[in-house]
Amino acid sequence: MKRGLDFFASVTLVAFVLLGWEAAVSILQIPSLILPAPSEILVALYRGFARGVYLRHLGITLTETLLGFMFGSIVGFLIGVAVSLNKRLEFFLLPFMVMFQSVPKVALAPLVIIWFGLGLQSKVIMAAMISFFPIMVNTIAGLKSVDEERTNLLAGLTASKWQMLWMLQLPSALPFIFAGLEIGVTLSLLGAIVAEFLGGSAGLGMLLTAMNFSMDVAGVFSILLILSLMGWCLATIVTLARRFFVFWDPASRSPT
Amino acid sequence: MAGQHATASFFRRDRNEAPVSEFDRKSVLDVRNLNKTYQGSDGETIALDDVSFSVNEGEFVAIVGPSGCGKSTLLKILTGLLAKSSGELSLRGETIAKPRSDIGIVFQSPVLFPWRNVLGNILLPVDVLRRRREAYQARALDLIDLVGLKGFERKYPWQLSGGMQQRVAISRGLIHDPAMLLMDEPFGALDAMTREHMNIQLQRIWMDRKKTILFITHSIPEAVFLADRVFVMTPRPGRIQAVEEIHLERPRGLEVMNTPEFGKHVRRIRDYFSAVGGLD
Ligand SMILES: Nc1ncnc2c1ncn2[C@@H]1O[C@H](COP(=O)(O)OP(=O)(O)O)[C@@H](O)[C@H]1O
Ligand SMILES: [Mg+2]
Repeated sequence: MKRGLDFFASVTLVAFVLLGWEAAVSILQIPSLILPAPSEILVALYRGFARGVYLRHLGITLTETLLGFMFGSIVGFLIGVAVSLNKRLEFFLLPFMVMFQSVPKVALAPLVIIWFGLGLQSKVIMAAMISFFPIMVNTIAGLKSVDEERTNLLAGLTASKWQMLWMLQLPSALPFIFAGLEIGVTLSLLGAIVAEFLGGSAGLGMLLTAMNFSMDVAGVFSILLILSLMGWCLATIVTLARRFFVFWDPASRSPT
Repeated sequence: MAGQHATASFFRRDRNEAPVSEFDRKSVLDVRNLNKTYQGSDGETIALDDVSFSVNEGEFVAIVGPSGCGKSTLLKILTGLLAKSSGELSLRGETIAKPRSDIGIVFQSPVLFPWRNVLGNILLPVDVLRRRREAYQARALDLIDLVGLKGFERKYPWQLSGGMQQRVAISRGLIHDPAMLLMDEPFGALDAMTREHMNIQLQRIWMDRKKTILFITHSIPEAVFLADRVFVMTPRPGRIQAVEEIHLERPRGLEVMNTPEFGKHVRRIRDYFSAVGGLD
């Protein structure tokens, strides 16, 4: 009941903003080079999809994002687990991690392009690099979050280190890991787009820069719309996965 | 089944009618001159001071004492989770030095795993000990029935009340058929009525399974109600001050708490505490 009302209120609000925007653009005669009207954006959107251009570039950006996210997640998770299992490894890796963390990853994009070229590879690596960190940090925090009494219980049952990891630490870490994945997936998209900006022959990011050059502002807005929808969908899929796998966590249990 | 009941009643008669000396029966757990000192930044704490006792096969022993007298310390040492300072411990003749698979533990909180359902939680020891689940499935369902959780097998811990969760924990403690069940204030977090109900149930489980139980509590009536023998433990340093034998007939109902004999036991135990200036 409440949620239905909330949804209705949001839709009304968005509709009013769009109408106001449309009205403002036509009354104040704002040139579409500066701010296109929502109707112009819709037209650009339709044209892009009708010609098949948008779908092709969307597919490329999505592939880069998902591949990067996958590699970033796997590497982040594995390093997180390794660091949690081995204190010495943590000691050795820590300085590098701190260094890596303090560099804005976006600033590494030009180097990545030089090293890995203008193709898919550099985009995937950029997407992976930028999403890997929050996943690793959350994995480490999650594996540390185990309840002491549960540890005692398992230890009292003669559980091995691996059983401890598998039966207690990993499940306990899942809510943290999924929180990391939720941040990571959005960052992956960011990474892929930035790499496309700097040196791409395809993808929505490249398309966006190209449209910017040719002053197709309505086109730019239509790409932004696609990107925000894409980001939202990816984050929602991860959230749904979390609800499914971490159903037992109070924060993940959907309110009924 | 009939044979089990015959043995159970044999033990009961044994306890009630023919008081045998402690040494006649087979002891499961032997503790000799156990000491434990904690080294802290603010000096040493003597948690256990020369504690010695035995628990016999099939016996229900309660240890009662105020909080901070070393009960949990004793239990952690018995489970092998905490190192002793000195003394000897043995379970069925084998020294306890590290955790072992033939001890069942129930803590004050249920310590269930939220990602496992009731059945999965009960089967946790089976998984850890790498035994085949199928071999224990029937036993788990039996235990679920015994603790009155039939129909809740597939429920998750957060869907159960505190008392139900603790019954899951008890079933988990019994699933791998340990030589002994150690319980550290298992009903301390429950409200008074649920607690009485759980006491009745625990007695029933104990009579049904003939399991040796060492039960830690800070409630004198609870100890008298449940136990064959009550060890009275006093703090600073933690010591077993006296042993009270309880010969109330089994199964005991709640009404036994109103009998003069029950009152006499409770008073005697209280007197031990006031003698050392322990409890108010
Ligand atoms: N890890 C520890 N380090 C130092 N002192 C402890 C520790 N655990 C318990 N103690 C002390 O040992 C005494 C006995 O504690 P405990 O066994 O928990 O008592 P109980 O379970 O009877 O309440 C207390 O004085 C407590 O402060
Ligand atoms: Mg305690």
